[in-house]
Amino acid sequence: MRIALFATCLGDVLFPEAPKATVRLLERLGHEVVFPAAQTCCGQMHVNTGYARDAVALVRHHVETFAPYETIVAPSGSCVGSVRHQHAMVARKAGDKPLAAAAEQVAARTYELSELLVDVLGVTDVGASYPHRVTYHPTCHSLRMLRVGDKPLQLLRAVRGIDLVELADADQCCGFGGTFAVKNAETSTAMLADKMSHVLQTRAEVVTAGDSSCLMHIAGGLARLRTGVKALHLAQVLASSEGSVQ
Amino acid sequence: MSTYLGLPRARTDVGHLSGSRSFPDAAHDALADTRLRRNLSHATATIRAKRAAVVAEVPDWDALRDAGSAIKADVMARLPELLEQLEQAVTERGGVVHWARDADEANRIVVDLVRRTGSREVVKVKSMATQEIGLNEALEAAGITPVETDLAELIVQLGHDQPSHILVPAIHRGRAEIREIFLREMRGVDPGLTDEPARLAEAARTYLRAKFLSARIAVSGANFAIAETGTLGVVESEGNGRMCLTLPQTLISVMGIEKVLPTWRDLEVFLQLLPRSSTGERMNPYTSTWSGVTPGDGPQEFHLVLLDNGRTAALADELGRTALHCIRCSACLNVCPVYERTGGHAYGSVYPGPIGAILTPLLTGLDGSSPNDSLPYASSLCGACYDVCPVKIDIPSVLVHLRAEHVEAAREAHRTPSAEAVAMAAAAAVMATPARFAAAGRGIGLGRFLVRGGRPRPPLPPPLSGWTASRDVPVPPRETFRQWWARERGTP
Ligand code: SF4
Repeated sequence: MRIALFATCLGDVLFPEAPKATVRLLERLGHEVVFPAAQTCCGQMHVNTGYARDAVALVRHHVETFAPYETIVAPSGSCVGSVRHQHAMVARKAGDKPLAAAAEQVAARTYELSELLVDVLGVTDVGASYPHRVTYHPTCHSLRMLRVGDKPLQLLRAVRGIDLVELADADQCCGFGGTFAVKNAETSTAMLADKMSHVLQTRAEVVTAGDSSCLMHIAGGLARLRTGVKALHLAQVLASSEGSVQ
Repeated sequence: MSTYLGLPRARTDVGHLSGSRSFPDAAHDALADTRLRRNLSHATATIRAKRAAVVAEVPDWDALRDAGSAIKADVMARLPELLEQLEQAVTERGGVVHWARDADEANRIVVDLVRRTGSREVVKVKSMATQEIGLNEALEAAGITPVETDLAELIVQLGHDQPSHILVPAIHRGRAEIREIFLREMRGVDPGLTDEPARLAEAARTYLRAKFLSARIAVSGANFAIAETGTLGVVESEGNGRMCLTLPQTLISVMGIEKVLPTWRDLEVFLQLLPRSSTGERMNPYTSTWSGVTPGDGPQEFHLVLLDNGRTAALADELGRTALHCIRCSACLNVCPVYERTGGHAYGSVYPGPIGAILTPLLTGLDGSSPNDSLPYASSLCGACYDVCPVKIDIPSVLVHLRAEHVEAAREAHRTPSAEAVAMAAAAAVMATPARFAAAGRGIGLGRFLVRGGRPRPPLPPPLSGWTASRDVPVPPRETFRQWWARERGTP
């Protein structure tokens, strides 16, 4: 299958390992990945901070960039959530009905990574190998906006050598929340503290999730406390062939 | 909010719809209060688990939520008609209906009614509407003593405190504190009172029984009013409501106009949704309903005060009006990670938590800089509230919508745009242009030399310092994804 990658702005600029892993993983599964170079950002930060008006141009640009592609994937529950639940709304609020219709079309063909793998490509064993103790944090937008359910866990359970440990109160928000993390930094930190203590209780070496943004927040806290626990995007675990017998 | 200027908003200087500080400021103190944090985390976890268990028992729960949501949407679409029908039905059954535009008017109506009876004391059934308008203060100013009869509300009143939760107003108090309050404030209390829950309840019961028997006038709110029959209803657990609604001679009920329901049958939906969502019970112990006045049975004088206080203005907001669907179950508070850590007082309004973060600014309006302007931002948009809401209010979407209202209000109020607005506009301009975005990405790669040990070398200015206070910053990668792609795959 020919799949267009939406790397997301954060993935492109700050966390390129996640989109790179997505490319490697999909190619290993025999698919063709293309990167529409005009892509930038879904506009979620603008919308969620109250700048929906400024986001219209971003929505238009995203929709135009991805309109030619049949299947689109992003390694982010949050950005896919924005594409699916905000783009048409932003366009409609701006009175642009044709854009709203086009946005709905693109949204219907856009998948978060675990959705693409399990629902569209029909695989749960992606042939990965990752001999480490790992815990998984389901990010709020993948859980409650996209309803990915246990798809990421199905994928992780099939990874060779992995020691997957359950995270207590996994469905609780990590406290990132975009600009919430700075506008309400203290509350955000209080939420992060509980998430980190649950992660530490698992004695996992690695905490994984489907969103680089939440991971940036969790990793930032774990590093500040010098815990040594690493944060790794789900795509990186699934693309790994570490320790496999070639 | 330029789109619906003209409709009166609720005032923030009467009643309890606004604090004096922004949410982050008030949250700062709450977060440092370890006793509060412990009380809240224990109480919300307990009630969350109870709710989840009883909701899981109902196979058609989601269909019930859809039904609740549809009934409420219908009510909002024809509110004026339903209210007139309600007025007529209540009047035909011997009640008197009063219309109150705002908190002041509602308070004046109630105070005048009480004065006319000559009573100096009223017993009160727990009611959000009367807390919203600050009725207790208005009564006290007129020399009338209001006595709260719900246990948690009584604790709040005796503690000279404000409610911090819709269902459990004293959720921020532990039992040791409650014992202290009772010993200090409750006349005639046993000095040997312990902090056992049963003993505390017993003390309250003894104290309140005397009040029930002597009270001649009661003030209540209402969970619903049926337009078709003129019936009002109160759903409660302790039986104090039943006492207040049946023993006194005069009953005055203050109700927000959005609480009206078209028909008696609609109760089949809400009496299933409400108890399971609020107390986590299959059915609440007491459901009292009354229609006007019944000669020789119960209060012989009944007044219904219909309160607007910003509700019509909220109704004019197509998305925001869904906040008026709320049945005050408090499920969204109990699952909210922000509420759990800050408690209700941080919101400054009697409506805290996720519903408060949308309802309060909808009632009072946003002006770009008021404390209530900070409320729509008091959420990580995690969506837990939307998941549990029995009438499916999409709280995250309304929060985002109100953030945009705040930005517009700020734009109108200040001639010069805020630093944030400038940054957002600049970011949007860069991100809408691929070449500029790619160049900006390369620039960030250079920024790796500005980070040492997870901290930026020049300290970040506020508000970004909020990030670095507790979290390291990521070291920018050597190359962006698109640089890697171009290098690996030739063409960008
Ligand atoms: S918004 Fe929904 S969940 Fe929250 S109190 Fe109202 S009805 Fe309950």
